[in-house]
Amino acid sequence: MRRRLSTLASLLAVAGVLAALPFIISDYNVSLAAQVGVFFVAILGLNILTGYSGQISIGHGAFMAIGGYTTAVMSRDHHTNLVVTMLMAFAICFVIGLIVGLPALRLSGVYLALATFALAVSVPQLPLKWSKFLGGSGGVQSAQTVSHLWLYGAAWTASSILFALAWLILRGRVGRAFRAIRDSEIAAVASGIELPVYKTLAFGISAAYAGVAGSLFVLATNGFAQPSEFGVFLSLQLLVGAAVAGLGSLWGILAGAAFVGLLPSVSSSVPVIGSAHGRDVVFGAAVVLVMLLLPDGFAGLLARLRRLARA
Amino acid sequence: MTVETFRVPPVSLLLVAGAAGLLVGSLRSSVFAELTVQGLALGAVYGSLALALVLVYRATRVVNFAQGELAMATTYVAWQLIQWGLSYWETFFATLAIAFVLGVVLEVVLVRPVQHRSVIAAVIVTVGLFILIDGVVNWIWGAGLKFMPSPFGTKVYHVGGVSIARLYPGMLGVVLVSVLLVWALFRFTKLGLGMRAAAFRPAESALVGVRVDWMLAIGWGLAAMLGAIAGLMTEPSQFVLQPTLMQPILVYAFAAAVLGGLESPAGAVVGGLAIGVSLTLVVQYVHPITSDLQTPVAFAVLVGVLLLKPSGLFGRPEVRRV
Repeated sequence: MRRRLSTLASLLAVAGVLAALPFIISDYNVSLAAQVGVFFVAILGLNILTGYSGQISIGHGAFMAIGGYTTAVMSRDHHTNLVVTMLMAFAICFVIGLIVGLPALRLSGVYLALATFALAVSVPQLPLKWSKFLGGSGGVQSAQTVSHLWLYGAAWTASSILFALAWLILRGRVGRAFRAIRDSEIAAVASGIELPVYKTLAFGISAAYAGVAGSLFVLATNGFAQPSEFGVFLSLQLLVGAAVAGLGSLWGILAGAAFVGLLPSVSSSVPVIGSAHGRDVVFGAAVVLVMLLLPDGFAGLLARLRRLARA
Repeated sequence: MTVETFRVPPVSLLLVAGAAGLLVGSLRSSVFAELTVQGLALGAVYGSLALALVLVYRATRVVNFAQGELAMATTYVAWQLIQWGLSYWETFFATLAIAFVLGVVLEVVLVRPVQHRSVIAAVIVTVGLFILIDGVVNWIWGAGLKFMPSPFGTKVYHVGGVSIARLYPGMLGVVLVSVLLVWALFRFTKLGLGMRAAAFRPAESALVGVRVDWMLAIGWGLAAMLGAIAGLMTEPSQFVLQPTLMQPILVYAFAAAVLGGLESPAGAVVGGLAIGVSLTLVVQYVHPITSDLQTPVAFAVLVGVLLLKPSGLFGRPEVRRV
């Protein structure tokens, strides 16, 4: 009971800080905070797949691309309400995620890593092939653009709703099935879990989350969807964010999202290394260090600190 | 390593048929012959990077996503040595030595701590290394184009009606000689025996006195050397040196390694040659596929192989005990 109260208190604290933030910080910082929200959604989704069902994906940038293009194309052709385009992105990516999850059933470990890497490299090439509809390398410009504040509100509202949804999904039967599959597929099958159903479901949910993040990502770049924005690097960033986050902790995912959302902007303002390339050096070094020093990510660090405090 | 080739007749039949097809095509059309030579040379380069990936995978069960960037970085080192006045071939061997040391150091410092943790941890460390190396190279040398002298000059041979730039047989020769040397090292030396044992049965090898940790580190060093050769041979075929040099090559090398079976060194080389030749010919003769679509095609091959025959042409199917 005490534990549940403290969880509730930390949730309320986070919500309060997020609600107050835009009144305190500058407009530029609001846009950065919105970007963290975008990564929060995507990393939350990847966490469901990698952290809970144990399937690795280096291809989530591809789902973000699909979500982002959904928003941009619907806005360009039909001036659809942006919130509706996000729901569409969620639905389309859910279906595509299920489809991608089918071949992924036969793969695991490094092979799945290689195949999803394939996805990340191939999807951004598709707009070049169907350039009439998808705008080629020039990209698609949405008809609507949004303010930083709107984006901030949308990103963190979506984060809250999707966080609650993830909690609902993972607390019960489905979450238990995911964890059982992660720990041992054979034991899971032996206890009556239908492997294909749950593994593809994990892919679908996680892809749908990435799709919403993709919509927001496009709105964050002035409503402009461009193949180069959705390159392999984006997928790598998401994977890194999920690793920094660790497993299933709100604070962990916030830390992971802040890590990939803020570190590049922060480190490019540091003297000496403060250039576009210095930024990559800092980011790469930070990724390696985090992996070496925090084996279970930020969530693991928190758990360790809590144990220390209790002892 | 190579015995498997003879145990699997369907694969050898397939390869003989492919080689025969290339020969017949080359005899009928000089363009086809020129493209075949070019494709084989590029394929040898893909094969050597794929072999590097396979050596690393066999030794430490890690797929090194930074292998291509490592090769690119060592090529920049070579460019720097040439600027300082070394001749091309002095640079070549000096670069290989530097690459070896770099590979060993990376294994000891970065990979050893995460190796036994999980696939995901190891993948992420190599991804971090990818970003780090890319940043460092851009930082030191800038993103601008650099030029290196060609190792093989600009001579063109004419055989019948077919003209072949000396570059391509040169690339093919360098890669095949180095692959043979690596094979001989593994097959005929005590060091090679130790490395094979360490990769195959780490605990048992340690019991009979093999320094397993060092064998794995040397495996990484050798892989970095093969990568450096791939980088040095890619540069003349692209005519310029830039930080993105090896990114598409890494994609082809992944496809080659998977096609050969991720655990088979011979498979990696054959896979590389097959990918190199088929991409070159497909782009020329299949019109809807232009050169922008080379990476998606390579990946279609990768995914196709994984779905139809995950153990590749030369690999053994994985058997798990419950």
